[in-house]
Amino acid sequence: MAKVVAYTGNMAAAEAMRQIDPEVCAAYPITPSTEIMQIFAQFVADGQVSTELVPVESEHSAMSACVGAAAAGGRVMTATSSQGLALMWEILYIAASLRQPVVMAVANRALSGPLNIHGDHSDTMGARDSGWIQLYSENAQEAYDNLIQAVRIGEHPRVRLPVMVCYDGFIISHSIERMELLEDEEVKGFIGEHHSLYPLLDVDNPMTHGPVDLQNYYTEHKRQQVEAMKHAGHVILEVGAEYGRLAGRPYGLFEKYRLEDAELGVAVLSSAAGTTKEVVDELRLRGVKAGALKLRVFRPFPAAELAKALSGLKAVAVLDRADSFGAMGGPVFIEVRSALLGLPKPPLCINYIYGLGGRDLLMVDIERVYDRLAEVAKTGKVEPLHDYLTVRT
Amino acid sequence: MAVTKEAPKKAPSLKDLSYKQDLFAGGHRLCAGCGIPPIVRQTLLASDYPVVVVTATGCLEVGTSIFPYTSWRVPWIHCAFENAASTASGIESMYRALKKKGKIDQEIRFIAFGGDGGTYDIGIQALSGALERGHRFLYICYNNEGYMNTGIQRSSATPLGADTTTSPVGEVIPGKREFRKNLTAIVAAHDIPYVAQSATIPARIMDLVTKVRKALDADGPSFINVLSSCDRGWRHDPADTIKITQLAVDTCYWPLYEVENGKWKLNYKPKEKKPVIEWLATQGRFKHLLKPENADIVRRLQEKIDRDWEFLLKRCAE
Ligand SMILES: Cc1ncc(C[n+]2csc(CCOP(=O)(O)OP(=O)(O)O)c2C)c(N)n1
Ligand code: SF4
Ligand SMILES: [Mg+2]
Repeated sequence: MAKVVAYTGNMAAAEAMRQIDPEVCAAYPITPSTEIMQIFAQFVADGQVSTELVPVESEHSAMSACVGAAAAGGRVMTATSSQGLALMWEILYIAASLRQPVVMAVANRALSGPLNIHGDHSDTMGARDSGWIQLYSENAQEAYDNLIQAVRIGEHPRVRLPVMVCYDGFIISHSIERMELLEDEEVKGFIGEHHSLYPLLDVDNPMTHGPVDLQNYYTEHKRQQVEAMKHAGHVILEVGAEYGRLAGRPYGLFEKYRLEDAELGVAVLSSAAGTTKEVVDELRLRGVKAGALKLRVFRPFPAAELAKALSGLKAVAVLDRADSFGAMGGPVFIEVRSALLGLPKPPLCINYIYGLGGRDLLMVDIERVYDRLAEVAKTGKVEPLHDYLTVRT
Repeated sequence: MAVTKEAPKKAPSLKDLSYKQDLFAGGHRLCAGCGIPPIVRQTLLASDYPVVVVTATGCLEVGTSIFPYTSWRVPWIHCAFENAASTASGIESMYRALKKKGKIDQEIRFIAFGGDGGTYDIGIQALSGALERGHRFLYICYNNEGYMNTGIQRSSATPLGADTTTSPVGEVIPGKREFRKNLTAIVAAHDIPYVAQSATIPARIMDLVTKVRKALDADGPSFINVLSSCDRGWRHDPADTIKITQLAVDTCYWPLYEVENGKWKLNYKPKEKKPVIEWLATQGRFKHLLKPENADIVRRLQEKIDRDWEFLLKRCAE
């Protein structure tokens, strides 16, 4: 059944794309996601997929071609990182508002400037309000699993939104890990046939896509996107459970790690979650009531579920791999904290920025976070609310 | 919509076209006298194939698609300003993908409309990329020589001396200081199967229709640059649109030619090449050029037109 392989994150993403076999893939190279398209181009060259590969001249055109192709009526995928995502910006919003379920792999990388090719979340965090569903992956396995599920989630008739599947550049994109692949037929069966809505290529039923939308309707159309995001929350759970039955790896909105009786918790996403879980295990051996929450779905943000999962804690630290200059803290912190504030007795909540530009996050760094949490729990003092881990002073 | 599966080879007459259903509905919000609607109507009437249309942000898009209304009786998409060509690449790629899989058997053609701003300037990269990749689509630039939708700013298609809101005539600067660029030649340098310059003028009433038909039958990308008067920006009586367009051709300011598989061909030679001043005098944007102190600008314009015309004649082996 399951085939065990040693793959990098990029190989895993390319393999998922091969099995999904989208009709069109338009992409442009950028480190660290380039490899996905190189591997995929070889699949195309070897006739292993039926995809029309459109080797566009920029990421702006990549996303524009994706929007055109999806509106024409079929499955569409792409991949990018950092500056590439930034160049797509304008069209990210358009893909979402035209309700085109494009699926994109993003190997997270820091945004310039200064130029840095390594992994942080400034690229996708900046796109968090673009209307895309965002799934974050801890490792190559999750990147693969998330991409396959993304097709089902985005194309669901009550969702119809684009999905980005994020995983850390280099840390995941270029590290080889053990992982399991589904059979081609299993993936095909799971994602099913694509059903287009009002495809442009249905020339007998002409439709106008992307009109001017003024004061009298724009708000309602935005509101529909909000509703679609709400539905996405349910659909992600349904699809995650079904995927679990197929692959033996069920997926939820987030993963709770030793949280049941925990007092001190760290909320984090992507590869750092793995390191955090190791630290939790060590602390537990020492009798510290530590736990962790790994966020998988950042858009739609599962505020109520997350608040419930963290409600029993005394203190929570949110680790952000991107800052939001001039804000109260990193993007994940801002959302987690406001979710917690709805609780009758919210845990105290602090924020650490870590790993910018790919800087390593060591277990000792995370231990320091738990030490600080113990102090916060004891003293009730949360200042400084927003701080940096491993920074020169 | 009437769908023709096989393209009739015989070129339609003007009368034939008058019996066809207009796929561009009236009631749109383009200005009275605007040069764009005749271009779009003729393009859609010209095609024997069902078409999918992409339109860049600009007057055409804004004037024809105000939700919940649409003027388009064909499948139509507007994505953004600079990406009509790349959006069209995606559509055309999906078409090929579905055809390959046997999910579509109809012959369909793809047409992208962009203004000069969306084509000469912000969209030139997307256009060049799509042409190089060889997508089979027709790109039509409706060239009104400025960013009209945002209030008449200069573009790289705006001619020397023109008064626009970002190249205003002032105490020391007499309008736009640069010559327009020759986008048709730049596109021709891509060596695509079909490139043309056109205008909707009485002296060659079927010019655009003929060119659109050739373009749609070309096995690869095609491009037509069509001069399109904007009576708001050019500042003339809306009733004079066609007359002024004819004058642009008769002064050789806007020659009609085509480049078919690399072969340049002149389509119209005015009986008598009129001086450019006659064309300038019809429009408010050039009003200041009629003053004696600006005679040098007119001279430079005339010289450039003469040089370009001679060069074109040579290229077309006339
Ligand atoms: C990226 C971007 N920059 C600027 C604009 C603003 N804008 C909209 S239409 C337009 C001018 C369009 O000019 P042109 O392509 O010549 O078309 P016309 O208005 O003349 O029909 C501009 C600058 C935009 N929509 N998108
Ligand atoms: S402003 Fe000019 S180009 Fe725009 S609709 Fe009016 S006449 Fe046409
Ligand atoms: Mg214009």
